[in-house]
Amino acid sequence: MIELLINFVLFFMMVVTALAVIRLQRLFAVVMLSGVFSLLSALLLVTLDAVDVAFTEAAVGAGISTVLMLGTLALTSRTERSSSRSSFVPLVVVAVTGAAILYGTLDMANFGSAQSPAQLGVAAQYMERSPHDIDVPNIVTGILASYRGYDTLGETAVVFTAGVGVLMLISGLYRRRRREDDEDEGPGVNT
Amino acid sequence: MRHHLILRVVTKLLVGTIILFALYVQFHGDYSPGGGFQAGVIMAVAFILYGIVFGLREVQAVFPVWIVHRMMALGVLVYAGTGVLSLLLGFDFLDYGAFAPEHPSHGQHDGIFAVELGVGITVTGVMISIYYAFAARPPRISDEEW
Repeated sequence: MIELLINFVLFFMMVVTALAVIRLQRLFAVVMLSGVFSLLSALLLVTLDAVDVAFTEAAVGAGISTVLMLGTLALTSRTERSSSRSSFVPLVVVAVTGAAILYGTLDMANFGSAQSPAQLGVAAQYMERSPHDIDVPNIVTGILASYRGYDTLGETAVVFTAGVGVLMLISGLYRRRRREDDEDEGPGVNT
Repeated sequence: MRHHLILRVVTKLLVGTIILFALYVQFHGDYSPGGGFQAGVIMAVAFILYGIVFGLREVQAVFPVWIVHRMMALGVLVYAGTGVLSLLLGFDFLDYGAFAPEHPSHGQHDGIFAVELGVGITVTGVMISIYYAFAARPPRISDEEW
């Protein structure tokens, strides 16, 4: 009962935060509110007993991405330019997509159902065999690093690729452009 | 942020604690929530916080760009290297039983330790270098305008 109440309060606060993000024009406030949104969803994940995911959400969503958004903000502008176009077409797109997603959830198992596909697959085997096979109290770590070692290797490679991609997009370009500027200025300014 | 005395003092106090917490999350991931990914992010946050308060040059004196860039690749190498090592020992790729054949669950502990370390190193490197890449560009908004 109390958990239901907490869930409702958290969802209500998330909706309010999302509406505020849409309404506000000052991007600094928007970035801060998106951090708040991440913290709220981390709390929601805690009530679902998914502490590992909540941990990641709090560290990445509320921590790192807020900092990176602020960094981006410092490179662009502080306020959002109001759009001159009509918002009718985007509204239709959003409404149709939302209806499709809601329709999709009808096929999903009920909240907390023991018959949901996630519970019927290998999860039960992992839970059963993990104390003998791996003997690590945190089964999540056991699954991520051992049973699903390939996946996690792939994820690490994805993180690496993403980092390299961002570096090539941002810092490489900047350095090259500055070098060109230096070459342009070099003899011209001195003579 | 030279004028924010409180921020500078609090940051100096907090950075060490944050790094310690990151190490705890990294090496205690077998027993409590967390693991390489979360630990890497928290470790990066310690240096990013330092960089925000004291400036990019100060943090790059502590953690130079070339180390950060190599850490990105090093973590993946540690992870994949663990797999190759188990291959060389005559087991499957990433089968941690290889590290203690007479007691497989001990080998699992060693293997998980190694791959989580790899994940942590890569995530720390990537997060800090993305921050460096953003912070190295000259901002268009001056400090006072915020």
